[in-house]
Amino acid sequence: MRREGSALQGVGVVTIKEIGDHFSSILVVVLVVLVVATAVVVVRGAVGEIKDITAEDPFLFLRLFTRSGGLLPLATLLSILVPLIAIGLGFDAVSGEHNRRTLSRILSQPIYRDALLFGKFLGGLFILSVSLTVLWLLVIGFGLFALGIPPNAEELARALVVLVVTIAYGGVWLALALLFSVVFRSAAAAALVSLGLWLFLTFLWPLFASQLTVAFGSGDDLLGVLELRQALARLSPSALFSEVVAVVLDPSVRSTQQSMLAAVGLVMLERGSIPDAPIPLLQSVLIVWPQIVALVASTIVLFVIGYVVFQRQEVRA
Amino acid sequence: MTDNVLEAQNLTKRYNGTAVVKGISFAVARGEIFGLLGPNGAGKTTTILMLLGLSEITDGQARVLGFDPARQPLQVKRRVGYLPDQVGFYDNLSAAENLRYTARLLGLERKDREQRIASSLAHVGLKPYAERRVATFSRGMRQRLGLAEILMKNAEIAILDEPTSGLDPQATLELLDIIRDLKHHDVTVLLSSHLLDRVQSVCDRVALFNRGDLALLGTVPELRRQVIGGGFRLEVEAEGQGLADRMATIPGVNKVETIGTNRVLILADHDVRPEAAAAVVGAGGRLLRLSVEEPNLETVYTTYFQTHEGELHAA
Repeated sequence: MRREGSALQGVGVVTIKEIGDHFSSILVVVLVVLVVATAVVVVRGAVGEIKDITAEDPFLFLRLFTRSGGLLPLATLLSILVPLIAIGLGFDAVSGEHNRRTLSRILSQPIYRDALLFGKFLGGLFILSVSLTVLWLLVIGFGLFALGIPPNAEELARALVVLVVTIAYGGVWLALALLFSVVFRSAAAAALVSLGLWLFLTFLWPLFASQLTVAFGSGDDLLGVLELRQALARLSPSALFSEVVAVVLDPSVRSTQQSMLAAVGLVMLERGSIPDAPIPLLQSVLIVWPQIVALVASTIVLFVIGYVVFQRQEVRA
Repeated sequence: MTDNVLEAQNLTKRYNGTAVVKGISFAVARGEIFGLLGPNGAGKTTTILMLLGLSEITDGQARVLGFDPARQPLQVKRRVGYLPDQVGFYDNLSAAENLRYTARLLGLERKDREQRIASSLAHVGLKPYAERRVATFSRGMRQRLGLAEILMKNAEIAILDEPTSGLDPQATLELLDIIRDLKHHDVTVLLSSHLLDRVQSVCDRVALFNRGDLALLGTVPELRRQVIGGGFRLEVEAEGQGLADRMATIPGVNKVETIGTNRVLILADHDVRPEAAAAVVGAGGRLLRLSVEEPNLETVYTTYFQTHEGELHAA
């Protein structure tokens, strides 16, 4: 059965309304301020460490993201906290309309359900992008100020790629939170399940992955065991994000297995390559291209599932 | 004039095989106020949602202003205003801001928008509260804001689901006045309710729902005749001997029932008030009361469901 009219009619209106709502939402503002404040503290620590140890690093600026200064490195911090903002932006998107009894009234206006859901996603993504861009600019600005040298073009480009990937990573969690806001009528249930899944995927799944590997992998083939573990770990978006960030932020990394091997004391040598020599940005991006695609694809898949469930749902309260 | 703006033919809705609306058919003419009445869970809201294209039609056909709500929902929703049961608004926004959001969804131009918002708020008496946050609004004010939204939309059809439920008598009267006023603006009104006595006063025609079926359809007097039977019910209160016997001798009286000391209920096929009065006075009695009892929709409704109770339990 074909329906008439554009599915996108009203998306812009919904998006703008959502952005306005998020800006006036205490929860969202608190979350964003919290993340930005934590990030600034972390970067301060990183600056201290960089000043102490590295004098002749050609990619000094990128170390702002990866050095910890005793705390968590910024990249790790982002992998933990970005989902939190995304969940905060999305967990009551649809159930909230239901509970305020506004859903049937809004859907009786000449728009499709697609437009409502997509508008809500875009609104959330916009807030996410704005806060992450602000964070990014703060880090760059703070780095300029503290280190006293400007970043080179390569560093800026790499940092920019990381910014974009971070937004895509947030998109996955936003789509997940939206899905749960459709499935659960209660915002509390949606929030708890989203947060539970976030805890599980970010903190517990890596442990599970290694346990499962021990259980199923053969003990003789060390490389095979490690690969299995990595494959399992990649089911978590956090693992994908960490791999992308590790490769893009460090030009000397030439494979996603490298850090994993380094962890068990092995060094991977490719024929004809100079160890630790930096590779161009494009090469780095190509290495993690599958991970980037996987992040975007899972966003789309989660959104589509949410859309299908929403489409079949009864609007009556 | 058979200018039907709303038509349902054999409209059916099944959830997992259970029929909630069982093949109902009705038509609403332009400018009419049509009431969908029935107990909760009889299928009124489901019917409304199908007409709006908000719920899938399992079987049968619906036409709204000539459009098929299942295939052309945007066309239908552009022309039809809907006030859901216990309508909700964004509490953090003001009345005008809430309407502004809807106006944007409708794609109204800025200038047109503000003008329509102001006039529709004034129409429902919410002008002084335009910039007040909806969180502070009472139930009645929210319902009125919902009607303002329909007015702003310039809807040709207003579909109101339980517009008066949960309102105090004063607010109900005000709301019914606005609904009557919609009719004067050439808006066709379809309203559902389980509160009958108030609704009766505004509806031109009503459809009585019973477990997903349309039990009765017609004007209130028609339904009265159909359910309670034709004729007059007369209550007589008089002092004097043998009141009931004397009444029974009046031509046209079918039944006399004693309902208290000196009180009888008479069922007759025409107005026998003059004869009844003459009979009392002629026998030297004192006539205390003589009233025609016109059963309201409530009585029609209860009588209908009492007589069909057996079927209900069998169903």
